[in-house]
Amino acid sequence: MIAALREAAIAAAVAFGLFVLLVGLKTEPGSAGTLILRERFGDVALLCGLVFTGRLLMALWRARRAAVEPGAPTRLAALTGRLGPWLAPALLATALLLPWLPGIGRSELDLGILVLTYVMLGWGLNIVVGLAGLLDLGYVAFYAVGAYAYALLAENFGLSFWICLPLAGILAAFWGVLLGFPVLRLRGDYLAIVTLAFGEIIRVVLVNWTELTGGPNGISGIPRPSFFGLPFSMGGEEGSFAAVFGLEPSPSHRVIFLYYLILCLALLTNWVTLRLRRQPLGRAWEAMREDEIACRALGINLTATKLSAFALGAMFGGFAGAFFATRQAFISPESFTFIESAIILAIVVLGGLGSQLGVAIAAIVMIGGFELFREFDEWRMLIFGGVMVAIMVLRPRGLVGTRTPTIALGERRKISAALVQEGRG
Amino acid sequence: MAYALQQLINGVSLGMIYGLIAVGYTMVYGIIGMINFAHGDIFMIGAFASLIALLLLSAGGLMEGPAAILLVLVISVAITGLYGWAVERVAYRPLRGSFRLAPLISAIGISIVLQNFVQVAQGARPKPAEAVISGGIELMREGDFTVQLTYVQILIIALTLAVLAIFTVLVTRTRLGRAMRACEQDRRMASLLGIDTDRTISLTFVIGAALASVAGTMYLLRYGVIDFYIGFLAGVKAFTAAVLGGIGSLPGAVLGGLLIGLIETFWSAYFSVQYKDVAAFSILVITLIFLPTGLLGRQEVEKV
Amino acid sequence: MSPILELRGVTMRFGGLTAVKDVSFAAGKGEITAIIGPNGAGKTTLFNCITGFYRPTEGEVLLHGAAGITPLQRLPDHRIAQAGVARTFQNIRLFAGMTALENLLIAQHNRLMAATGFGIGAVLGLSRYPAAERQAVAQARHWLAATDLLDRADDPAGALPYGQQRRLEIARAMCTDPQLLCLDEPAAGLNPRESEALADLLRRILAAGTAILLIEHDMHVVMRISDRVVVLDHGSMIANDTPAAVRADPRVIAAYLGEADDEESAAGAAA
Repeated sequence: MIAALREAAIAAAVAFGLFVLLVGLKTEPGSAGTLILRERFGDVALLCGLVFTGRLLMALWRARRAAVEPGAPTRLAALTGRLGPWLAPALLATALLLPWLPGIGRSELDLGILVLTYVMLGWGLNIVVGLAGLLDLGYVAFYAVGAYAYALLAENFGLSFWICLPLAGILAAFWGVLLGFPVLRLRGDYLAIVTLAFGEIIRVVLVNWTELTGGPNGISGIPRPSFFGLPFSMGGEEGSFAAVFGLEPSPSHRVIFLYYLILCLALLTNWVTLRLRRQPLGRAWEAMREDEIACRALGINLTATKLSAFALGAMFGGFAGAFFATRQAFISPESFTFIESAIILAIVVLGGLGSQLGVAIAAIVMIGGFELFREFDEWRMLIFGGVMVAIMVLRPRGLVGTRTPTIALGERRKISAALVQEGRG
Repeated sequence: MAYALQQLINGVSLGMIYGLIAVGYTMVYGIIGMINFAHGDIFMIGAFASLIALLLLSAGGLMEGPAAILLVLVISVAITGLYGWAVERVAYRPLRGSFRLAPLISAIGISIVLQNFVQVAQGARPKPAEAVISGGIELMREGDFTVQLTYVQILIIALTLAVLAIFTVLVTRTRLGRAMRACEQDRRMASLLGIDTDRTISLTFVIGAALASVAGTMYLLRYGVIDFYIGFLAGVKAFTAAVLGGIGSLPGAVLGGLLIGLIETFWSAYFSVQYKDVAAFSILVITLIFLPTGLLGRQEVEKV
Repeated sequence: MSPILELRGVTMRFGGLTAVKDVSFAAGKGEITAIIGPNGAGKTTLFNCITGFYRPTEGEVLLHGAAGITPLQRLPDHRIAQAGVARTFQNIRLFAGMTALENLLIAQHNRLMAATGFGIGAVLGLSRYPAAERQAVAQARHWLAATDLLDRADDPAGALPYGQQRRLEIARAMCTDPQLLCLDEPAAGLNPRESEALADLLRRILAAGTAILLIEHDMHVVMRISDRVVVLDHGSMIANDTPAAVRADPRVIAAYLGEADDEESAAGAAA
């Protein structure tokens, strides 16, 4: 108990040092135009008190846990073990039926579309980071390429969404190869930083190359999607979606269509990934993640393997970008900042070990949670960052603690996280 | 000619700031093999701590002028050092020995936390500071253009050199420095030999944060305005400097910082201001691809 | 005996340090050639030069394969592996998070990739891939049985005990259908019974048509199964002869002086 109090006291003292100036004295514009300081020592005291109690509770809880036999499987683990096989089908069913569930209105569907977009982005990046072990911190670049490609193609050439979508994907894949080529020999953190730099370069170019991209104002008036040629117009005229299907025109038609569109795109990403995992290419990705040198000794061409991972991941990012453009009807470089890359990477790492289900759950939790905290406004990102740190410290391997082998002579048994390598480069 | 000389002066003083931050990156990478993604934001914290301390001192009418700056430096270094320590304890130490991605994500999380913490606590708008030291020495005059070496710039250069000198003595002559170098070479062996590796690593972070804090104070004095986002850009550029100079090499970090400062200044003076950040990023990419060990770095042979 | 691998004047320099100096020898087809020498003699460096992980500063490495004579010294490591030279590592490099079976399937990557029709065909289910995979699994089964690991096929490689991991690495190398198998200290850390089993395995591999080149410290294994022994000391070759001749060679004994096993010097004295 004494030890716990001491720990808490030290923590509170540190908190005091951290907060006394930066929280305690707020800089505000004064009357003369220069800054003045406003004291908020009450807040500092409150924060220190919170830190004290928090740390005390943590220390006490840890002491209690140590008394229990270590290594005994926790009840939580047992519960998730039993629920496991049911979770994926349940999520899929919910996703398929979402627009028809009671209580789901326009804003909930919008949230669903947002979450699914991030799920798809997470699945796309999962190929690069989760399976192939290539730390990509610039994934948003491919998202941007897809979005801008769609916008420019649709506006300048008048092509329909269904033609622009694969084109956007191909273009993004091309960029994936282009950006992947120089970084083939880089490892780990270095690869991460260079991909981050690439992402930022692309963003700066988007902001500044005004003739092509519209600069900071972006591109607006992107054609909205139609139901395979039938426009979703509100007038209900001849040839519109509502007229052909004999329905009352409603804005929710387009939203529901968009929802199923992103769902299909995401499921496509998932399906391709699951198929590839069972094939030599997917296995080579995972082997590369585990040990590159062993791969070379087995005759695997790492260049082709890495570039294919980049290209495929980029392609799905491009698809997601095209979807984003058509959904928003307006895009600007603001939507493609480094923070987006960081969020998507966090989703993948939080999901854990290249697991598709893990990534999906992580996206739902993080993006859904983020939206739910909307009222907190400026605190949102702060809490988000804090949650990222907390989750990494508590569960560094992510939510899903096991890897399932892709093939077995007998029964496929899950492999624990302790054995799986990741991102060794 | 005069214009170029002015850019040279500007570039060197900017480069010194980058160099100070770069040393922090290279130290941490050397000792635990991790790129401290949040280091740039520690620099930003240093700048804010300096601002608040400055305002506090001058508002209280306690002191003004150069003596105040010294006090500001001390306060800022203390506070920022504490941040460096706290970040390492909370976000990195628990993940030491874990796989590669976890500390990186944790660092990104800390970066987000620090940026938003300052945004929430101090407001999102840029914060201007009154010039504490103004004026300078006129070096040359060419037509309408005057080449000026401001006192602030002299301070930056002198202070950076002094700090680096102290720091070099610390690393090469003291026991702590030896412990740091031992941990850099072989952490397990160092700990078997009785070195408290946890403490050494903590101190490394604190020292790195202290250097970044000095850079933050200098930045505040030089540019007169700061906001919560300066950490990200300065961080990437300083990291580029560390890599350019050879990660793990302290003189390399300073050299890299100078180069980046000069390149950035000359690029914006002669080409375009808009793309100056792209220049820095591009240098990073080119360096890592063609010169992975940097200019002064050690050649690493892969042990199979 | 016709050679499978020929080294001519291979030299490896790292900056100022010469790790391997002017080494020339030939490993015969249908033979087991052992490379021995005190620690630091340059054995693994030589291996890395042969298998492409280092590029030799000077000299030639020639593979006398089915497709003619292939110079290996300028080829990257994965090409050398594709040419038919497989290897294992001193510190075992298995794919720890994947099962033994998956490890062996990855070894057959190139053959399987060719059957997938650029990957797309297989994703769509339109290719010869399922048949190719069945064949690959059969090949994996064969080698799992040969190394007595069939019952561990579905276990993660990282969870296997040390001796089994060593055998798995050899099985994986054999799944690439090599003409030459290079083993870096395969008997390290094995107890006498396991070393026996290893020796048997190597003889069976040899009989099946793959030549073997191995680095080894365990003199029992070396003396018992090698057809030829090459001795390195400080980067230079000091002997290249039959095991019996090498054992009695005074230069070899001198090189090992102070580092030899009691058993080894007693065996040498008795020879």
